[in-house]
Amino acid sequence: MEAIEAAGLRRTFHSTKGLLRRRVHDVEAVRGVSFAVGKGELYGLLGPNGAGKTTVIKMFITLLLPTSGTARVLGHDVVAAPSRVRGLIGYVFGGDKGLYDRLSALDNLRYFAELYGVAPRAQRRRIGEVLELVNLTDRARDRVETYSRGMRQRLHVARGLLHDPPVVFLDEPTIGVDPVAARDLRATILALRQAGRTVLLTTHYMFEADALCDRIGVIAGGTLLAEGTPNELKARVADRTVIEIEAYGATPAAIDELRRIPEVATVSTEDIGQSQLIRVQSPAGLELTAALLARLDGVRIGRVVAREPTLEDAYIDIVSADAPRVAA
Amino acid sequence: MNRSVRWLRLFGRGWLMHSKHLASSGFFVLMTSVQPLVFASLAFFLFGAGRPADALLDAALGAAMLSVWSTTLIGSGQALTLLRAAGLLELLVAAPAPLAFVLAPITVATATIGLYAMVSTVAWGVLLFDLPLRLEHPGALIAAVAVTAFGLGMLGMVFASVFVRLRYANALTNLFDYPVWLLSGMLVPVDVLPLWTRPLSWLLPSTWGMRAIRESVLGGRPWFAIGICLGLGTGYLGLGLLTVRWFSTLARRRAALALA
Repeated sequence: MEAIEAAGLRRTFHSTKGLLRRRVHDVEAVRGVSFAVGKGELYGLLGPNGAGKTTVIKMFITLLLPTSGTARVLGHDVVAAPSRVRGLIGYVFGGDKGLYDRLSALDNLRYFAELYGVAPRAQRRRIGEVLELVNLTDRARDRVETYSRGMRQRLHVARGLLHDPPVVFLDEPTIGVDPVAARDLRATILALRQAGRTVLLTTHYMFEADALCDRIGVIAGGTLLAEGTPNELKARVADRTVIEIEAYGATPAAIDELRRIPEVATVSTEDIGQSQLIRVQSPAGLELTAALLARLDGVRIGRVVAREPTLEDAYIDIVSADAPRVAA
Repeated sequence: MNRSVRWLRLFGRGWLMHSKHLASSGFFVLMTSVQPLVFASLAFFLFGAGRPADALLDAALGAAMLSVWSTTLIGSGQALTLLRAAGLLELLVAAPAPLAFVLAPITVATATIGLYAMVSTVAWGVLLFDLPLRLEHPGALIAAVAVTAFGLGMLGMVFASVFVRLRYANALTNLFDYPVWLLSGMLVPVDVLPLWTRPLSWLLPSTWGMRAIRESVLGGRPWFAIGICLGLGTGYLGLGLLTVRWFSTLARRRAALALA
């Protein structure tokens, strides 16, 4: 029996527009996703914003009913046995929300301990353990509204682990926290796996997925596009070279010019402050730098670097290959 | 752990948590403090002038109940709106405890805080309007106040189950606020309302709570009204269990638990 199983999972959202003539607008957030996560495995769901990651998680944690398909946690169907599933899972999401701000961490944890049926005799010990785990023991009696974002996130983790769940869902847990706090959170996530828990992690930080996950599923446009270990995904682009060009003011037309070079596999851009980082993938062994720079004639160029492909490049390759279908 | 002990502990902890949480909200404390005094002043000026002492006390109790119900309803609506905005509603629904045992402490906490209105209204009347204090059945008054908080809390839970489904719970509170005032005899005696409204009044625990408190203070047979109020509260608890389940399933189907 798998710890987490999705089979043909779909979720369509309906919204209406218009006051007198109501028009129903459907958005297919998840389109037939299937995957399985073994016990003790740390599985990453990787995708851009709006890919459907959170919707998948919300169906697993019983907050959303699937439109069709099935989702199971440790063999229990999330629709038929939501109460059973809720007792077996922990859920942690990223961001400032999800806590009683005007109360202390201790008050928050005591209440959630009751909600999750932690035995009264075990509550004090368990709350102490999770506070210790996330390094908040000293601030446990302070109001949550006085906490930094990183501390709140750590408190979320403590709340999610209070009842010692065998399966943990982490929805972008490091989003918005500073690098040091994010590193501490990643260490906590690794400790969860080492303790034998099954973890489903969603993130759009590639290095995080690479460092933490046993296997990764790449999701975009509500569809699971690829699945494998980080090395298996990276192997998809192992025969390529990545050229990174720092550019200032490159127009979409100039970027399209790069795509017209026959040897170029993918081109992606990322805005970084005033500059753009253009990443070009091409078969290894070809020297394309001069050809690329020639097509960017008139654009101010900064640093140009050729490097080995990473998981992020594999991800770009996967998503780019499926871009027309995703866009549709 | 025995299941009923677990639910009792959850209810107690939830009541304590939400009472603390509400009491730490400046807006809620301000509303709860000022509103009863405004209602009491209006009642004394409108209904008290030139009337017998009992009528003045009667008006004071009616005004107090206005505040108790408003605090319960607005407090519940506001609490649900705040929980949703704070991302807590999803976490509470995702917990294995039945949602009714999560919502009931919230509404009973607001009703309990609302009972402060009872004290402040009478104190306001004594201090400023020479309200004569009388108490015919002190024991019955304690029971009446307790079952009124319970009954209103349970009725509040039925409303709160609707708020789970609807994102703009606060906007709906006014809709439910005034009819209950009127039908419960808080503004005018139930007897003067049209005959067809009578069954609706009888179905509201506030009607019987109001009557129980009035008869405990002014004299009469308060235990009958206390019993009915307790029975109705229990009935609304049963109804709340069903509506909470129904509306939470609907909210999961329609993705209405998050604010956006």
